[in-house]
Amino acid sequence: MNAQGIVHKYGDNVDTDVIIPARYLNTADHKELASHCMEDIDKEFVKKVNQGDIIVARNNFGCGSSREHAPIAIKASGVSCVIAATFARIFYRNAINIGLAILECPEASEKIEAGDEVKIDFDTGVITNVTKGESYQAQPFPDFIKDIIAKNGLLNSMKV
Amino acid sequence: MGMTMTQKILAAHAGLDSVVAGQLIKAKLDMVLGNDITSPVAINEFRKAGFESVFDGSRISLVMDHFTPNKDIKAAEQCKLCREFAKEMEVVNYYDVGDMGIEHALLPEKGLVASGELIIGADSHTCTYGALGAFSTGVGSTDMAAGMATGEAWFKVPSAIKFNITGKLNEWVSGKDVILHIIGMIGVDGALYKSMEFSGKGLKNLSIDDRLCMANMAIEAGAKNGIFAVDDITIAYMNGRVDRAYKIYEADTDAEYDEVYDIDLGTIKSTISFPHLPDNTRTIDEVGDIKIDQVVIGSCTNGRLEDLITAAKIFEGKKVAQDVRAIIIPGTQKIYLEAMEMGLLKIFMEAGCAVSTPTCGPCLGGHMGILAAGERAVATTNRNFVGRMGHVESEVYLASPAIAAASAITGKISDVNEVL
Repeated sequence: MNAQGIVHKYGDNVDTDVIIPARYLNTADHKELASHCMEDIDKEFVKKVNQGDIIVARNNFGCGSSREHAPIAIKASGVSCVIAATFARIFYRNAINIGLAILECPEASEKIEAGDEVKIDFDTGVITNVTKGESYQAQPFPDFIKDIIAKNGLLNSMKV
Repeated sequence: MGMTMTQKILAAHAGLDSVVAGQLIKAKLDMVLGNDITSPVAINEFRKAGFESVFDGSRISLVMDHFTPNKDIKAAEQCKLCREFAKEMEVVNYYDVGDMGIEHALLPEKGLVASGELIIGADSHTCTYGALGAFSTGVGSTDMAAGMATGEAWFKVPSAIKFNITGKLNEWVSGKDVILHIIGMIGVDGALYKSMEFSGKGLKNLSIDDRLCMANMAIEAGAKNGIFAVDDITIAYMNGRVDRAYKIYEADTDAEYDEVYDIDLGTIKSTISFPHLPDNTRTIDEVGDIKIDQVVIGSCTNGRLEDLITAAKIFEGKKVAQDVRAIIIPGTQKIYLEAMEMGLLKIFMEAGCAVSTPTCGPCLGGHMGILAAGERAVATTNRNFVGRMGHVESEVYLASPAIAAASAITGKISDVNEVL
């Protein structure tokens, strides 16, 4: 399992209200949510994001509300992985549960800049910065989490 | 090695004698909660996965509180989907307009959560029930769907931070000030992935409403849960509400904590969180001159009877400032009714406040008090993120009901002694 894309970079404490403002929570439609993704922190995001792109942020990404609409909006906008120094715990859980890959890696979070091209090998946890010619080591996923992401979410992995 | 309160509850629900921090476990759930925002996503996932029944209709609570009474057609469709699901699955604890309340005010009031129980809710403020000595934590809609289907969820056992509470609060200082003070001290990720455990001799000076408010905001420090030691005050509150046997867990004397903080209630001052993070706190004497446009007293954090009583003491015989809109939102129908019978609503309305049926409404920028660009609100709610109550250029200042009421009267952030 791999990912590769261009980086959109953000700072500390990116909360779920800026990822998907509550005024759009009157729908559960993935595409509609994606059309407002990151709207209150980066109005240009939806215009510039391409399939496979990667979000990199600093500490406590996804803090605040438990709205699963936040990782759904990010995933439905085409983002293949979110890398941060740390994640808020509900967001971390939600991302895995809906099959959005996320990695904790303080070094990558510090050194990767907006616009860098980054490659991720989920089996080894190695994050390669193609633009800068650097690589950073994240903890690879345990098998049960890899299985959830590969099957596109927790419920698909336990489908009756 | 000894266990914390949280670890003991998790071990018991996982069928294990003991657990250690970091251990992955599968645990049985006593209650699964969802609201009108998070349940539709869960219900869609539940159906897509092919589940045809829930594990136990009496252990699921669906509360229509966020965008209700339905603020628009889309919100109405979401509630309809929940209502139909509740009927089909025979969900016992379904609460809609007319008998609902804000979920985290409602579930304790109805006796649906109790000491020693394990509760997950698709709402981040589910951590509120730790006030009663339960393990309760916020999850997403997918966990809610899986929980409704199987009655189980996986957890990573958290380590804990202990808060040793001593002393007694000063007049007009409340649990809200204590938790804002703590969040200001440890930061919005200060308890990331951890339990916040509150105990000590000072607990007897914190009411249940104070404790519910404090546990409610544990998530604002990044915590997995907040939990209070159970005492006579907790038991008195559960008596007459909880009609099933419940268990009381105590932390072992040799339980391990990542950190221990001593909190002397007597040293806490009224505390305000400035935009745009709950940890950006200042005490009332450091605030300066901040003119405001709106005051909101309500939410799962501070919409309880004690909060309304405090606000009414300050509003009595006074008027809301000319350029301020003051909105009071009782947390549940019962609180609303009690406030009416006590004459609190009359005081609010004569002061020039608007009083609303229970709803989360403005707290998350849903409806019932949205801010325009450049406007400022003092709110007894729990988050002051960018755009939380409306326009991205609006500002929210988090405060206690006492400070919110005093500020409504003066039109700027004010201490109670400025109006009494």
